[in-house]
Amino acid sequence: MKYETDVVVLGGGGGGMAAAKAADKNGANVILIEREEENGGVLNQCIHNGFGIHYYRKDLTGPEFKETLQEELANTNIKILNSAFVLNVNKDKQLTFVNHKGIHEIKTKALVMATGARERHFNSLAVPGDRVAGIFTAGVAQKYINLQNLKPANSALIVGSGDIGLIMARRLHLEGIEVKGVVEILPYPGGLERNVQQCLRDYNIPLYLSHTVTRVEGNKRLSKVYVSQVDENRQVIPNTEKVFNVDALITSVGLIPLTDPVKFVETGPGFITSNTNQTSEDWIFAAGNCTVVFDLVDYVSREGEKAGKYAALYSQNQYFPEQKVKVKKGKNINILHPMYIDPNERTKLYLRVSKTFKRVEVTVEPLGIKMIEEEARPSEMIEISIKPFKDKNLKEIEVSARELG
Amino acid sequence: MNSVEYKKKKIVCTNCPLGCKINVVYADADEIEIVEVKGNRCKRGLEFVKQEITDPLRVVVTSVKVEDGEISMASVRSDKPVPLRLMQDIMKILKETKVKAPVKRGDVVIQNILDTGSDIIATRSVNRKK
Ligand SMILES: Cc1cc2nc3c(=O)[nH]c(=O)nc-3n(C[C@H](O)[C@H](O)[C@H](O)COP(=O)(O)OP(=O)(O)OC[C@H]3O[C@@H](n4cnc5c(N)ncnc54)[C@H](O)[C@@H]3O)c2cc1C
Ligand code: SF4
Repeated sequence: MKYETDVVVLGGGGGGMAAAKAADKNGANVILIEREEENGGVLNQCIHNGFGIHYYRKDLTGPEFKETLQEELANTNIKILNSAFVLNVNKDKQLTFVNHKGIHEIKTKALVMATGARERHFNSLAVPGDRVAGIFTAGVAQKYINLQNLKPANSALIVGSGDIGLIMARRLHLEGIEVKGVVEILPYPGGLERNVQQCLRDYNIPLYLSHTVTRVEGNKRLSKVYVSQVDENRQVIPNTEKVFNVDALITSVGLIPLTDPVKFVETGPGFITSNTNQTSEDWIFAAGNCTVVFDLVDYVSREGEKAGKYAALYSQNQYFPEQKVKVKKGKNINILHPMYIDPNERTKLYLRVSKTFKRVEVTVEPLGIKMIEEEARPSEMIEISIKPFKDKNLKEIEVSARELG
Repeated sequence: MNSVEYKKKKIVCTNCPLGCKINVVYADADEIEIVEVKGNRCKRGLEFVKQEITDPLRVVVTSVKVEDGEISMASVRSDKPVPLRLMQDIMKILKETKVKAPVKRGDVVIQNILDTGSDIIATRSVNRKK
């Protein structure tokens, strides 16, 4: 079958659903495509609370956040295609997707990419030892426990102290799996401080900072994990080895933005966008974890709304940015999003600092914006609002961070 | 005269994702008295600190089994935080709990669990198997 529409939203997670809602609200015909049977993306398996505090001003669980969005979509004309996998997007604004009825084409005027991120796998860590059963990513363990009622282990060690690792430590512990610890190579935890408290300290689960997994062992199934301390340069310190007798190693070692199947747009590694979420290809917009990995679904949905709105305006020939100001990473800035600014529109700048600071001053020059934060850490995203600014000659702005005494 | 011991504690507020690190000095007598609080970005942090040094509360989140459902598990939560010290007991009860499809988000699965004043409610809907 052939479809024709104004805006296609690719991906039905928190970002995609919000994008579809906003595109519809701005008068576009919208098709939302999701490869799973139901929308929601990672929200479906994140059954803990902590979602929606900014977006809905309520503390919701992942599934509640998703169903709330879904109810909003139900009152619109958005066409939702589930169990539909997009294979190809071409430069002529045509998409190809496949579902149980076969292969289909869609012609569109604008596209919003909201494909999320995938988990980095243990095999990408190059740890020597046996290739045994019992090593899963946190997302896989989460699906087993939360959706399929399977118990994937009796005792486990977790590597990676990002929010996903921390939340899985609590989940496994409460399910009666003995969690022997969380191992983190950095000298500070990767996740939010509140999760360190309510997932580890609450249950006396040890956190091994500046530690890494050096070897795994087992006969078919994992039985031993070797862990050592590392120095500032992440080099293993001899004679610091500990052995953990566990039958599972749960890895939570980062997310990689998923930009497939679009191959002809500027990425690094996620889609690089402007403050209106436009990519290097005028008609393609992107939002959520396929751009950078966000801490909160609230930010993802807000970005989704923006992408949906400007995609709708673009499809109706109402949005053409005349000027794009480049945003440059200055000193001590690790992650910066967006990378371009249309100065006629307002901007939410998201950044991560490159090391921990007791007290930090973040500046945006030459706009004269200064912000002071207490205890900034790379794991916690900092947000800065920038008002529209009129300066026809401005080509570049720079964001930097410096320690305050 | 009875001497009162001042205690210092660093508490992370888990009320919202900002996770303020709050430094508190308090007198640990029969009635806990807060002497100084620093680091909270809003008033809710103060309430949190008081609760945290007397009896920490947490929201329970888990899944329960569903009979005749399109999927086999439905996620649930406590509608109000419950004492952390009861967490294991509550989990034990929820592990044995089965509900019958259809389930609607917000349905009460267990009322007033262990007399805490909190209900366990479904956080997702599950249709009946077709
Ligand atoms: C364990 C865990 C804990 C978290 N905790 C919190 C928390 O406490 N609070 C909070 O606010 N946030 C939390 N987050 C973050 C939040 O869940 C995510 O940032 C957000 O949901 C990401 O949304 P998204 O739409 O960008 O991506 P996703 O939810 O990943 O959605 C992408 C969708 O695109 C679909 N897709 C991809 N490619 C294709 C294709 N080719 N064809 C069709 N469909 C496709 C996928 O199936 C998926 O449904 C957590 C995340 C995890 C994993
Ligand atoms: S003190 Fe207020 S702002 Fe800070 S974490 Fe608690 S609720 Fe959030």
